[in-house]
Amino acid sequence: MEGERPASPARSSGLPAGGAEGDSPGGGAPFPGSSGSSTLLQGEVLDLDEDEDDLEVFSKDASLMDMNSFSPMMPTSPLSMINQIKFEDEPDLKDLFITVDEPESHVTTIETFITYRIITKTSRGEFDSSEFEVRRRYQDFLWLKGKLEEAHPTLIIPPLPEKFIVKGMVERFNDDFIETRRKALQKFLNRIADHPTLTFNEDFKVFLTAQAWELSSHKKQGPGLLSRMGQTVRAVASSMRGVKNRPEEFMEMNNFIEIFSQKINLIDKISQRIYKEEREYLDEMKEYGPIYILWSASEEDLVDTLRNVASCIDRCCKATEKRMSGLSEALLPVVHEYVLYSEMLMGVMKRRDQIQAELDSKVEALTYKKADTDLLTEEIGKLEDKVECANNALKADWERWKQNMQNDIKSAFTDMAEENIHYYEQCLATWESFLTSQTDLQLEEASDDKP
Amino acid sequence: MEPAPVDPERQLQPAPIEPLGLPNSGLEAAVGEEAEGARDAGSGVDTMTENNFGLKKIEISVSEAEKRTGRNAMNMQETYTAYLIETRSVEHTDGQSVLTDSLWRRYSEFELLRNYLLVYYPHIVVPPLPEKRAEFVWHKLSADNMDPDFVERRRIGLENFLLRIASHPILCRDKIFYLFLTQEGNWKETVNETGFQLKADSRLKALNATFRVKNPDKRFTELKHYSDELQSVISHLLRVRARVADRLYGVYKVHGNYGRVFSEWSAIEKEMGDGLQSAGHHMDVYASSIDDILEDEEHYADQLKEYLFYAEALRAVCRKHELMQYDLEMAAQDLASKKQQCEELATGTVRTFSLKGMTTKLFGQETPEQREARIKVLEEQINEGEQQLKSKNLEGREFVKNAWADIERFKEQKNRDLKEALISYAVMQISMCKKGIQIWTNAKECFSKM
Repeated sequence: MEGERPASPARSSGLPAGGAEGDSPGGGAPFPGSSGSSTLLQGEVLDLDEDEDDLEVFSKDASLMDMNSFSPMMPTSPLSMINQIKFEDEPDLKDLFITVDEPESHVTTIETFITYRIITKTSRGEFDSSEFEVRRRYQDFLWLKGKLEEAHPTLIIPPLPEKFIVKGMVERFNDDFIETRRKALQKFLNRIADHPTLTFNEDFKVFLTAQAWELSSHKKQGPGLLSRMGQTVRAVASSMRGVKNRPEEFMEMNNFIEIFSQKINLIDKISQRIYKEEREYLDEMKEYGPIYILWSASEEDLVDTLRNVASCIDRCCKATEKRMSGLSEALLPVVHEYVLYSEMLMGVMKRRDQIQAELDSKVEALTYKKADTDLLTEEIGKLEDKVECANNALKADWERWKQNMQNDIKSAFTDMAEENIHYYEQCLATWESFLTSQTDLQLEEASDDKP
Repeated sequence: MEPAPVDPERQLQPAPIEPLGLPNSGLEAAVGEEAEGARDAGSGVDTMTENNFGLKKIEISVSEAEKRTGRNAMNMQETYTAYLIETRSVEHTDGQSVLTDSLWRRYSEFELLRNYLLVYYPHIVVPPLPEKRAEFVWHKLSADNMDPDFVERRRIGLENFLLRIASHPILCRDKIFYLFLTQEGNWKETVNETGFQLKADSRLKALNATFRVKNPDKRFTELKHYSDELQSVISHLLRVRARVADRLYGVYKVHGNYGRVFSEWSAIEKEMGDGLQSAGHHMDVYASSIDDILEDEEHYADQLKEYLFYAEALRAVCRKHELMQYDLEMAAQDLASKKQQCEELATGTVRTFSLKGMTTKLFGQETPEQREARIKVLEEQINEGEQQLKSKNLEGREFVKNAWADIERFKEQKNRDLKEALISYAVMQISMCKKGIQIWTNAKECFSKM
């Protein structure tokens, strides 16, 4: 059930690598440029409207916008959505914008924790207002994730950043950690907002809009902790059975997930290691350049040359810093998110297997006539529906996820390559200008020597 | 000063330009003319050089290195490396070169040659040898003297050493140097027969000893200071460079891991597979490119090392000056005190303390005859002393003049060489950057096709 998407215009290079370029559910293309040029772009869109074919496309997509449709969508990245314009007569375009910022530390007698400000801008009717501002802490995000998993056990819920990172962290809340987490949390919420199904989840809405006390009371509703725990125990036991009868396509999926998980974990490690090595290289380079300056103090005839070399090294240091920050902004967060995604995926597979196991156990019971067959048959009927729903949901979301993953990975690595090219280009220019200055110097000296 | 017994071997060679009256030198004084001639003829030529054997231009190369085993002085088996030295003479007319000599030498023989030159040419900044053991090594390079890369770099260093001597206007004419290139057997014996070890001033080796020199030539004091600074700054530079090389190696090599993982991952991807696989290949290329880059950089380090060791040679010349000045001042002091004694004896006033004076006071006056005798001895000594002082003064001035001429030559050579080294460093960086751009552009293309 793929929605058709009209060709999107060229994207501005300002899009970050983290999010894939996104099309909204209605198939409208995001427009490059800032909102300042909206009037012009609005005009362009009106032109499109007059085109019947495009209208048809739009309306076709509109029909898909219900709970059971799973048109593969590409989520928009946080920055790219700023470039998108909302159109009132096209409710299917992106209409939910979320930012996470302003981490603040709260100290109570029992604990210290951080809250983040979450701003939501929306044009959706079901929201009471068009703008919301709330403060949430990590625990609240965990709650949201749990609720989403509960409601949609076989959908691929976006991952949350880790609770805490054990190695190399002395303080729980150092600035880098908080910033990395903040970005990841923003990503998390936007991925939900871009998901065709999850975006309409009620708990999600409450999370984005409710005041602190409202959220607390809302949290208390719903299945209690104990019952959830009970479910988990049963789940573990039954998931094993689910594996045995897993349909072929899910076997393939599982195989993919296992290998993908291995590889992405390795890539995560490699990328972190590269960052570390680059940092150490930078530290040594910073010590290297000044020695040439020191040397120039005792050499009369080589002062200029030596100082020149020192300044070249200094400029290469700056280029290295830029390369590193590119790595840490573009590549590392993306790769790490997919490490977490791969864990998520394994969880999703398990839950699917559990659901199937439930069915299988009832079928088994029927075979051995263990209980009331009529009741069993009825239950089996319901469970068969449940399994079919779960499988379909997963299948569709899987395709969507894979597409996203491909785009995100491709983007991230392309950006990394770009950063490296830029780094070498800068260093090249630096040293070439050094050579030029030296040859100029030699020409000068030659003409000075002439009688 | 007694003339030394004539040494037949030495007669053949033009004398080194030596200040006359060098303590314990025993050299012939009368070779000044030839020395003059030698000094004028040559002038800072690089590889081609004129020397006194047949007025032909020669080319020197250390073309091979070979592992050998033999027995050392204690009759124990040892492994060492021998180097093949080939000398070619170049015909003036057609520029063709003919192999005239070829022999094998080991590092210790080079050391012997250099030590000899240090003794006989104390006013010359004698070119240094490449390092005996690998220092300033970064982790991948081995510090093993038998490592082929080290041996190769040492071969180049030894060739450079010989070329430096051959292109030095004064050193190139040395007979022992000539024999080093031409006489394989017995060369060691020949060198030792010159007795240069005896002539060496042991005080020169005592680097830590300080001499209270009242009036050193200021230029030499500055030069010593400069050579200390040079040594310190180049050591520091080499150390940090080695660490930078280490880190750079790490950055490049870790990327190689991408290659393997991408390749494995590509197996499960339908659309992304090809792009991943080919990008992975470029990551492997990137990782292996660092080996050549760092090997090139090692040549830069070697160029710097040569001047690190040259600092030591500079210091040796300064030291020699200090010693000569010290001896001069001591001699002057001694003369002055003898003169004083003489005067006191003659006039009868006792101003300086002397044991004889004290004892005569205690045990009775000496006779006038005794006094006369003493004065006569002192006057003889004073005469001798004045002669010695004169010649020492002359020596000292000659030394300063000659040494400073060579130092000026050295300075120009150093400026040229270091500038060239820095430029070649930049060229290396440029080549590294170009390679990087190429590889990452290819990788980017692969990624964008995923």
